[in-house]
Amino acid sequence: MSRWLLALGLAFLWLPILLLGAYAFSADRIPFQWGGFSLRWFAALAGNERVIEASLLSLRVAAGAASLAVLLGGLTGWVLARWGRFRGRALFGIMAGAPLVLPEVVTGLSLLLLFVVIQGAAEAWAGWRLDRGAGTIVLAHATLGLAYVAVLVQARLARLDPRLQDAAADLGAGPGTVFRTVTLPQILPTLAVGWLLAFTLSLDDVVVASFVSGPAGTTLPILIFSSLRMGLTPEVNALGVVILGASMLTAGVLACFIRRKPPPLG
Amino acid sequence: MRRLLLALPLGWLLLLVLAPVLILLWIALATVGDSVPPFDPPLAWQGGAPVWQGSGESLLILIEDDFYLRALLRSVTVALVSASLALLLAYPMALGIAETRPRWRPALLLLVMLPIWTGLLPRLGAWIGLLRDGGWVNHWLLELGLAQQPARLLYTDMALYAGMVHSYLPFAVLPLAVALMRRDRLVEAAAADLGAAPGRVFLTVTLPLSVPAAAASFLLVFIPAAGEFVVPELLGPPDDPLLGRVIWSEFFQNRDWPLAAALSLALLAVLLVPIRLFQRLGAAR
Repeated sequence: MSRWLLALGLAFLWLPILLLGAYAFSADRIPFQWGGFSLRWFAALAGNERVIEASLLSLRVAAGAASLAVLLGGLTGWVLARWGRFRGRALFGIMAGAPLVLPEVVTGLSLLLLFVVIQGAAEAWAGWRLDRGAGTIVLAHATLGLAYVAVLVQARLARLDPRLQDAAADLGAGPGTVFRTVTLPQILPTLAVGWLLAFTLSLDDVVVASFVSGPAGTTLPILIFSSLRMGLTPEVNALGVVILGASMLTAGVLACFIRRKPPPLG
Repeated sequence: MRRLLLALPLGWLLLLVLAPVLILLWIALATVGDSVPPFDPPLAWQGGAPVWQGSGESLLILIEDDFYLRALLRSVTVALVSASLALLLAYPMALGIAETRPRWRPALLLLVMLPIWTGLLPRLGAWIGLLRDGGWVNHWLLELGLAQQPARLLYTDMALYAGMVHSYLPFAVLPLAVALMRRDRLVEAAAADLGAAPGRVFLTVTLPLSVPAAAASFLLVFIPAAGEFVVPELLGPPDDPLLGRVIWSEFFQNRDWPLAAALSLALLAVLLVPIRLFQRLGAAR
């Protein structure tokens, strides 16, 4: 019984995705209608400058945000896992977890208000004119990614055997050397997973990016969203398949990465 | 050095998580103005002295105008229904995964989780292609003689819930699958030894023991669904007043930033209890 429902649930999850994949290769102008095999919509996509421009912007934003998220989220996870008690720890933990549970519209709006206040202050006091755009989206996405990376790193550090670090320290390694030669190699797969997760989150976000971007910040999700509001076009269908393919590929790379991870010690 | 390593994430979180929420509170007290940005701050400097020019109007209007109360109620309803539907489907799926041989479980879990990785927008695009008036589902309904004319499927509650469940189902399956895979089967064997039929074992042992995981699954859908914007915007009934959409339109269309901020605070207030509950569940495990 539960097996049948599992099959049903998987069909519910995958049927729309598989149909999207199949009909991207249909020549018909009407989406989800078969008009013979064709790559015309992919060709149209390759010639669409707005799509290419938005894709490049999104990839740059996602790479920047993911890198910042790994750095900051790694430090956050380390503080949460290894620092024990310190004054302000409760607040630190709440702030680190907040982006995971805050509604997207609230995150977007509140970050926009922050950027507006900063813009106003910079202009009033220093005479600087700051623009919103790719930079503000990177800051916002890095904050979202930070929270996810922190959870992953904290969990991983909690499962590491602290005696390994103690042993290295006993043998005369300084804190920097212990980190570089013992801790870092053990959490490297986690950091890689965190980077890809933050990268994917950034590439999928419409709401926060819409709030914090200026007129110049049309990312790929914003472009797709505004097109889907009018309905589905064959070109967007093909674009969806490109995104599906790229994400499956990264998921595959990720799966290999995790499998190569050495067995946990202790 | 150690202090510096704390200062970096702490400073970032104070600036980009705490400060924005405080500014949200502040702007909720502001009034709409013709300036750029389109509001007059609650406190202004006039002749070297601070002058209070804020108002609680944006917060008051939430209680006075039924429209916003209805939006709140509708958001909670949609989140409750979405989370219940997701749980109803996720539970047997998780049980199904837990009942298969251990070597198949990682592959099944991957199949469940992979759709999240593939992005929300392509999946919602697929639902539009399936459900629109001349779409795939209608095509087959007509072909098989199950309908005489195309049924209206897209931009309805049904499409909204299909999209919500599709978006969040993987999150609902994961905690349940983990809990059900790890469960102690000896307890169930004991119940069976004492004469309980399989159905009774499930209802009196397996199900009650999985309640914390089921609650976590439910909340993992409820919390994001309550403020959801993209799914109702693309699949749901047009002009359906959900908080996420109302905040969006107050901000982008009406340019009433103080009201958008006040609505955000209301949404946070509604989510406070579910979020605390979810964190308790996480801490208990």
